[in-house]
Amino acid sequence: MRQQSHSVETVAAWALALLWLLPLAYSLWSAFHPSEYATRFDLTAPLTLENFVRAWNQAPFARYYLNTLMLVSLVLAGQLVVSTLAAYAFARFRFFGREVLFALVLVQLMIMPDVLIVENYRVISALNLLDTIPAIALPYIASAFGIFLLRQTFKSVPNELVDAARVEGASSFGVLWRVFVPLGKTTYIAFGLVSVSYHWNNFLWPLIVTNSVESRPLTVGLAVFGAPETGVDWSVITAATVMTMAPLLLAFLLFQRQFVQSFMRAGIR
Amino acid sequence: MVSAVMSAAEPDVVRRRNWLTNANAWLLLLPAIVLMAAFTHYPILSTLYHSFFSMSRGGESEFVGLENYTYMLEDDVFRQVLRNNIVFALATVPTSIALALLMAVWVDKKISGRSFLRLAFFTPTVLPMIAVANIWLFFYTPEYGLLDQFLKSLGFSGHNWLGDPSTVMSCLAVMVVWKEAGFFMIFYLAALQTIPPELKEAAEVEGASRWYFFRRVTLPLLMPTTLFISINALINSFKLVDQLVIMTKGGPNNASSLLLYYIYEVAFTFQDTAFAATLTVTLIAILAGVALTKFVYLDRRIHYQ
Amino acid sequence: MKFKTKALLTAGFMTAASLSASIAHAVDLTMYYPVAVGGPVTKVIDDMVQKFQKENPDIKVEAVYAGNYTDTMTKAMTAMKGGQPPQLSVLFSTDLFTLIDEKAIVPIGEIPGADKEWLNGFYPAFMENGRVEGKTWSVPFQRSTIVLYYNKEAFKDAGLDPEKPPTTWAEMAEMSKTLVKKDASGNVTRWGVEIPSTGYGYWMLQALAIENGQKLMNEAGNQVSFNAPKTVEALQYWVDLSAKESVMPKGAVEWGTLRTDFLEGKTAMMWHTTGNLTAVKEGAKFDFGVAMLPAKERRGSPTGGGNFYVFKSASPEQQQAAVKFIRWMTAPERAADWSIKTGYVAVTPAAYETDVMKTYVKDFPQATVARDQLEHAVAELSVHDNGRIYKILNDAVQAAVTGTQTPKEALDSAQKQSERVLSRYK
Repeated sequence: MRQQSHSVETVAAWALALLWLLPLAYSLWSAFHPSEYATRFDLTAPLTLENFVRAWNQAPFARYYLNTLMLVSLVLAGQLVVSTLAAYAFARFRFFGREVLFALVLVQLMIMPDVLIVENYRVISALNLLDTIPAIALPYIASAFGIFLLRQTFKSVPNELVDAARVEGASSFGVLWRVFVPLGKTTYIAFGLVSVSYHWNNFLWPLIVTNSVESRPLTVGLAVFGAPETGVDWSVITAATVMTMAPLLLAFLLFQRQFVQSFMRAGIR
Repeated sequence: MVSAVMSAAEPDVVRRRNWLTNANAWLLLLPAIVLMAAFTHYPILSTLYHSFFSMSRGGESEFVGLENYTYMLEDDVFRQVLRNNIVFALATVPTSIALALLMAVWVDKKISGRSFLRLAFFTPTVLPMIAVANIWLFFYTPEYGLLDQFLKSLGFSGHNWLGDPSTVMSCLAVMVVWKEAGFFMIFYLAALQTIPPELKEAAEVEGASRWYFFRRVTLPLLMPTTLFISINALINSFKLVDQLVIMTKGGPNNASSLLLYYIYEVAFTFQDTAFAATLTVTLIAILAGVALTKFVYLDRRIHYQ
Repeated sequence: MKFKTKALLTAGFMTAASLSASIAHAVDLTMYYPVAVGGPVTKVIDDMVQKFQKENPDIKVEAVYAGNYTDTMTKAMTAMKGGQPPQLSVLFSTDLFTLIDEKAIVPIGEIPGADKEWLNGFYPAFMENGRVEGKTWSVPFQRSTIVLYYNKEAFKDAGLDPEKPPTTWAEMAEMSKTLVKKDASGNVTRWGVEIPSTGYGYWMLQALAIENGQKLMNEAGNQVSFNAPKTVEALQYWVDLSAKESVMPKGAVEWGTLRTDFLEGKTAMMWHTTGNLTAVKEGAKFDFGVAMLPAKERRGSPTGGGNFYVFKSASPEQQQAAVKFIRWMTAPERAADWSIKTGYVAVTPAAYETDVMKTYVKDFPQATVARDQLEHAVAELSVHDNGRIYKILNDAVQAAVTGTQTPKEALDSAQKQSERVLSRYK
């Protein structure tokens, strides 16, 4: 009885998994085959890179890639610095206004910059930063999520290590750098992967705040590219879509365990 | 510890040290405070402020009190949009959670090829929504789209899935569940792995069926995770509107529009920033409501346990 | 040694001098433009801009493709409000009131270089949307009317005369019924006619309303007649084509894929912008004709498409450079070339007198239908806050076409909402 239900479950699980992969598999099929085969699943159909070539020529994808790389790096770098400093303060200092400030930080966990697009646009415009990559990054650099995660990690650092460092004459900053940061390595990696995934895939805010090719990231470039009013060539659009997803997807396939563990760690609060 | 010893003996030094600690802490927090004030706290207050004014095309604004709010409540589109958000949340949240739990249970067991399963379920999470939307847009295209072709091969007629107000929401919901379930599966996985195996062994010894064990032990233990995921999924259902920009633009006739998309339309396409502010206040209020529920309800439950 | 240094210095000096000279003379212009039709339009624009820059090395134009008309207007507005406005743009001819309200543009007619002779050279029908309060604010560029494309082979196949397209509403409905083809299981493989309801549904509705003798807006652009009985009748005719006569598919018909539908023979006739003409010509594997829209009380079509606008924030030097560019782009040779490459109506009669156009029209008479229809054309729906009004009317069209509301209900709602929006401008 047990064996039967077990194998039924295995079949069911596999069926669901294959069903789940179907959309992605389809997009890969469509991208690598000529447009006539977009809906004909002839297994002997010729593979081609032509869709990618056409997509690459129709829009400045190289520049989009560069912009996205710069964006996620800028965001991550900023987030790491700001969150580390803030988490350190929250975790290891007793100071005036600590509870109030922490509550204010938590506000951002609920009301994220994504919903404040109208006002943030006004602020960026007042700072004269419209249509730049920093403009996309700025609202996200102070990350409540990062501060939260790091604070927990820092809080769990044993006091003996701190005292040992202090005895050696380290300043507060030295302690931070030599004790806390190395111990938080796994949290940093987890946060890093979550952050890069999120900002690589972010769309609405970059759409609003960028106008020109020089600052537009991949997601916005893809949306502009697939504008349906000019009529659609699905194979080319799928190729462009694959180009947008590819880096993260490849990174994920290569570093599956790290990705999964990162997201897991990020979720356990 | 050292400072505690000192505070007992030397108040003067303590005061100076406290001042130093405070200054240090505030300095460390300065970048975070400045950025958050600029891009979270100030905007929230500013939005509230602007919702009480009206803005004409030429740029002159005047105080109108609650007029924008009355306008909003009388706006058929706003009512439709709010209704859509609720329906959408009801459609996607429970479904994603149920699927996520199912997936987690399967991946957790010793089924052959479980890392393949995990890969398959989690992959949609790393894809940008806009790419997902493009792919599914093709599925749903009438006549040439994959879905219609599949139905036609079975003898059924095709349908204009995204162009029909009665099917568009369900179609979008399916797509969003596909994207989100794998993400939530991870949280359930983590939680499942914290269930001590002794419990399971004890239950087996006692002759309890798997289903019984699941219902009476696993589910209750997973409750905090379930609540956590629900809150997350709920917030996401308000935040995620990328797909509307390229799939339906909120149509047909606002049948698929969501609040954040309506805000985007009003603010940037129609340039009516005053009304957009009013709508944003509503969105903030809803999210704050969800937050309060979380902090009051969720935290109370945790303390209970 | 000495000679080398001298040579180097001279070279350096000359480079610096020429650099500063070129920097001093080049005027930089940024232009946003939309594309709402098929074909490699962005490439055509890029080529034209390149040619212009070659002939005018002191003016640099950066042409930025910004999506469809709504997207381009959004981009221009947000750029302007963000402090980085373009110097000129191609926007809906009907964005005029909104742009004036936003204090965004200057009347082209008042910029030095825009003389009366040039402005009077355009088709009057196209100038209508650009003139307000006696000033000429904008100048036509990619203008169109809606035309009826029909598949001549399908006509033959159904026993109809391929040289006699429908001329009235009744004829169109009747002929469509004959043109519908079904397969063995009763599924329709070819529809009679398709009118797009997404993208620019309001434009199609305006055509039907005009043919029924109903104007949709007043001169001042602050009053609309969406639920006038004749407008409701027009929408009812549209809805009945699928609901009663079953000659059109149910639900929304997509603007973007309609052309493909026609090319693949899925519909025998389609209402679409003449701007798609060249794309249809390139892709059609059958003989097709182009006709004016059928009449009810009269023939009619709204004009459509985009005009050039010059922004207020541009410096006087930039404004003049912009006018130079616009004059070049609308000169007869370019207007003819642009029309041939896209299908848009060439904006000046002079363009049709050029040799290249004359030869083209001889081989392909379909190219003049849209222009000939100008005789019956009216200004496109032009009101304050037009973006919003279009959305409201588009929503009504979609509600009626998908059967969610009756035409009367949908248009009543559209009227109510539009009146609320326009009350500010009375």
